[in-house]
Amino acid sequence: MSETLLPPHGKGMLGARGALELIGLTKQYGDERVVDAVDAEIRPGEFFSLLGPSGSGKTTTLMMIAGFVAPDRGAIRLDGADLTHVPPQRRGLGMVFQNYAIFPHLDVFENVAFPLRARRVAKAELRRRVEATLALVRLERFATRYARELSGGQQQRVAIARAIVFRPSIVLMDEPLGALDKNLRYAMQVEIKELQQRLGMTVIYVTHDQEEAMNMSDRIAIMNQGRIEQLGPPGEIYERPRNAFVGRFLGEANLLDGTIEQIAGDEAALRTRDGVLLRARCRSPAITQRTASLFVRPEKLAFGDVPEADRGESNCVQGVVQRRAFLGSMIRTTVQIGPTTQLTVDQPNLMNGAGPQVGAPVVVSWAVAHTLTLPE
Amino acid sequence: MRRRSTLLMLPALTMLAAVFLAPLVLFLAQTVIIDKDAPPFWPHVLSVIESRVMLRTILITNWISLLVTATALLLGYPVAYYLANRRGPRFTLVLFCVIVPYFTSIIVRTFSWMVILGRNGLINHLLQDLGLIDAPLPLLYNRTAVVIGMTYVLLPYMVLTLFAAMRSIDPNLLRAARGLGASGPMIFARIYLPLSLHGVVSGALIVFILAVGFFITPALMGGPSDVMVATLIERSVEIDLDWSTAAVMSLYLLAVTLVLYAVYYRVTDLRRLMGT
Repeated sequence: MSETLLPPHGKGMLGARGALELIGLTKQYGDERVVDAVDAEIRPGEFFSLLGPSGSGKTTTLMMIAGFVAPDRGAIRLDGADLTHVPPQRRGLGMVFQNYAIFPHLDVFENVAFPLRARRVAKAELRRRVEATLALVRLERFATRYARELSGGQQQRVAIARAIVFRPSIVLMDEPLGALDKNLRYAMQVEIKELQQRLGMTVIYVTHDQEEAMNMSDRIAIMNQGRIEQLGPPGEIYERPRNAFVGRFLGEANLLDGTIEQIAGDEAALRTRDGVLLRARCRSPAITQRTASLFVRPEKLAFGDVPEADRGESNCVQGVVQRRAFLGSMIRTTVQIGPTTQLTVDQPNLMNGAGPQVGAPVVVSWAVAHTLTLPE
Repeated sequence: MRRRSTLLMLPALTMLAAVFLAPLVLFLAQTVIIDKDAPPFWPHVLSVIESRVMLRTILITNWISLLVTATALLLGYPVAYYLANRRGPRFTLVLFCVIVPYFTSIIVRTFSWMVILGRNGLINHLLQDLGLIDAPLPLLYNRTAVVIGMTYVLLPYMVLTLFAAMRSIDPNLLRAARGLGASGPMIFARIYLPLSLHGVVSGALIVFILAVGFFITPALMGGPSDVMVATLIERSVEIDLDWSTAAVMSLYLLAVTLVLYAVYYRVTDLRRLMGT
């Protein structure tokens, strides 16, 4: 069924096309650098996400790749060919827009056929390809419907079918699931990811939803104020954020401000503003007497002391439970460990919501291996 | 709640009934039915409509209205497109130029065209001064003059209707079409034009409906062969004192307008169906 959509040389060639290079991409509106010297190499067949808060420059970056926004500086290369000044209609990229942008006066078939008509594909071939693509997104029964007769998820699939029907090497997606409700969004994430793997296409995906990015991406670029703060696989960014912004943006994080007192090998001792001394692994540029943030994920924390033997590799602090939130699958407890310092502890809900209650004195401990010092 | 809001329309409806509906009914009743000298109703209607003068006038009226509609569309579409895709001072300037004539009296506008096109008008003066022609060109009192004058008066209706339709086109659709590989002409032919088509139909109908009933401009700028239905009605009343014929012709005009309005209503309804 999907044979007609595979690249002409079959599976062996999958991933050979669709390598995209962004070199020093910069866009300025007035005095504001919306995108500031963005460098990235997107590999063929990769699912690559641009993740960031609104105004971080992720959509502008995507629009420059698509050709709708001209960069002030920098270059875009697709499979080695310079794309920077090629108009959008000749870039040959598939694109899924935020609000689907389905043509309201054309039915589903004609919407999906549109890119093929633009490429003057012969009638029989066009029909075959549109039908195969509709089958791929499970819309074959809806070919004669109009957008207004479709649900949000179906409209989304029309937009995807239209973006892949002409076998582009790269598909760009601009927050495609933003308008869908939570359950449907997860189902569509799975569907898009499966489609991407099946067809071996490169996908560049813009989102502000961190779970969505982690669920689908091979690699994520975290953007903030026009720059890429960190680029890497989801696990790496989650476990080893490069700075406080990344740590806070991707998932929940405990970030305690303090001063580095001592460095021994790859371990640093940091004194928080409240005077608690904690230990952490330090990444490259940690310097004594410098202020830094101590970073640890809430799920790495546990209640109770650690055995004597493990003390050397653990942090242990005393505190009082300040707040308890029942989140269903887990319980989030906020513990006050100093006048201005709190720790968030996430525990899986294994015992019908049991755990320390508000006001109870507790000991919180965690492994130094999970703790990082981050530059402010 | 619903009934109360209907009450709010009462003053306007009373006004319409008093100054529009009542005189119309009275006029028709008096001249066609009550008047003892009047010929029987249906045969008279048929004889008026089938008379050569009336047939000719209807034909001319429709032809001139069609020419005016087509000209207004050809001139108005690019202007509306410009307006729909511009913002800032230029947008304001062009919109101002479109709207100001809209608020000026038809008579004033018609007379200004007569000043421009007349025997001793601006154009003839200019051409003679430049030595391009010896005798003044007959620019006024012919069909071209009527079409020019009427198009000028009706152009704002066309431009504003088209503008409203074009403004409601989602620019993302055009962007999507471009991103999917369509050339400029293809985007226009397959996306922009179809999506603005209801505006084209609405604008054309409005201009045509208004043109069919036009009186002042063709009367002042037209020649003897450019008599339109409204002019004929006026002549029947003022010169021939044949009120019953005038009434029948008015009835015809009203019927044409209502039919076209029904079509217009269907078209705007269709637009709502399309969700654009």
